[in-house]
Amino acid sequence: MKMALLSNFQVIADNIVYFMVGRWPAGPLGGVGLTLYLAVASCILSFFGGLILGLLSVSKRKWISWPTMLVINTIRGVPLLMVIFWMYFLLPALFGKTITETRTVILGLTFFTSAYMSQIVRAGIEGIPKGQMEAAISTGLKHWQAMVYIILPQGLRNMIPSFVNQFVSLIKDTSLAFIVGVSELTHVATQINNRTMAFPTEIFFFIAVVYFIICYAFTSLSRTLEKRLEWRKAI
Amino acid sequence: MLSYTFDWSVITSGQYHDWLVSGLKVTLQLSLAGIILSFLLGLIVAVMRMSHLKLFRWSACVFLEFTRNTPLLVQIFFWYFGSYKLLPTAVNEWLNNTGFEFAAGLIALTIYTSAFIAEDIRSGVLSIPKEQMEAAQSSGFSYLRSMQYIILPQAVRITIPPLVNQFLNLAKNSSLAMTIGVMELTYQARQVESYTFKGFEAFTAATLVYLAISVVITFLVDQYNDRVLKIHKGA
Repeated sequence: MKMALLSNFQVIADNIVYFMVGRWPAGPLGGVGLTLYLAVASCILSFFGGLILGLLSVSKRKWISWPTMLVINTIRGVPLLMVIFWMYFLLPALFGKTITETRTVILGLTFFTSAYMSQIVRAGIEGIPKGQMEAAISTGLKHWQAMVYIILPQGLRNMIPSFVNQFVSLIKDTSLAFIVGVSELTHVATQINNRTMAFPTEIFFFIAVVYFIICYAFTSLSRTLEKRLEWRKAI
Repeated sequence: MLSYTFDWSVITSGQYHDWLVSGLKVTLQLSLAGIILSFLLGLIVAVMRMSHLKLFRWSACVFLEFTRNTPLLVQIFFWYFGSYKLLPTAVNEWLNNTGFEFAAGLIALTIYTSAFIAEDIRSGVLSIPKEQMEAAQSSGFSYLRSMQYIILPQAVRITIPPLVNQFLNLAKNSSLAMTIGVMELTYQARQVESYTFKGFEAFTAATLVYLAISVVITFLVDQYNDRVLKIHKGA
């Protein structure tokens, strides 16, 4: 059984370019390339989304912080798949025109991940000693200035490992784009599986390994950063 | 969008209502069976991860890293499409006759969740002072028995909140099982949408159900923290 399994990895070798970049450069980008594009684009967008939601959620004004927390907790209580379906539905209705599947997924991932990023931002801000804010305000800065110039720069540095972890989750979550037909790695794998029929074990094991290599690299990076931060804090 | 007429009766009674309710039942079955199985598997992995034997420690590490750094969707596909090559023929036949979709979904969800549970249990055990283990062993317990009678009962007590949260994650993640045809809540919501074009109503219903599950679980965890562990929010 094992021998048969190994010999069938030919199917991977035959389709390796398709796995990596889809029909690019002749056609649109797909495979691993598109997976990374989806992850990076949504990561950048949801960094800002998370920053805004996070800042709003630590606001002292209840009428700002309370509805923000409601939005955050609502998103966190719903499966990502549901969020993507909602986007698929609502975006065309809101914009009055069709949105490409890729953009729909990026917006869905951004919306979902922003809620989780906001909790990282919130924890980062709350982790800075209160004295910092008091000192900043007593030197004449306004509350928002103290936040932007004093608290956030220190907090953001502590948040970096958590952001990297969130990026890993995002890479894994891009596989859900398969459901609305975006040809990222998982979708490409199902296509090749449907075409070749005989090698599902090899194909899905292979893409699991590909995801693993990418995600594990970032997980290790996050661990290294965490250690370095601890070392910095210790001195 | 403006010409859309809401028709909530679609989901409050009749055939489509029944579909959604049966979907909720499957979601709950999947989550309940999943949490029990993944707790058992997670417990084994956690004990192996902390074992003195290098072989156990290593295999647990490989399992944890691989499961946590690959997308759940890919794992579901691997078990659904690819497991027939790994399992004996008799098992395959039995599975095919008893609804393989549910079993494959359950296997994938169990394995994925068990990795997170193992880490929760491990951090629970690490929070128990070392002296407990030393005392247990010096009074004649073997490593495994000290774990069983002394360390784990204490660790499980503080691991319950993260475990319950894993149940919530499991309930949300089980939505991915729709991709292999498990007729759970999200599957049924989509089904109602394609039969009636009342997607807005169907997805609202499903979203509210997921939110209700998450509200109930968050409430229970808060109560447990407050009453049993005496951790008070905001204190």
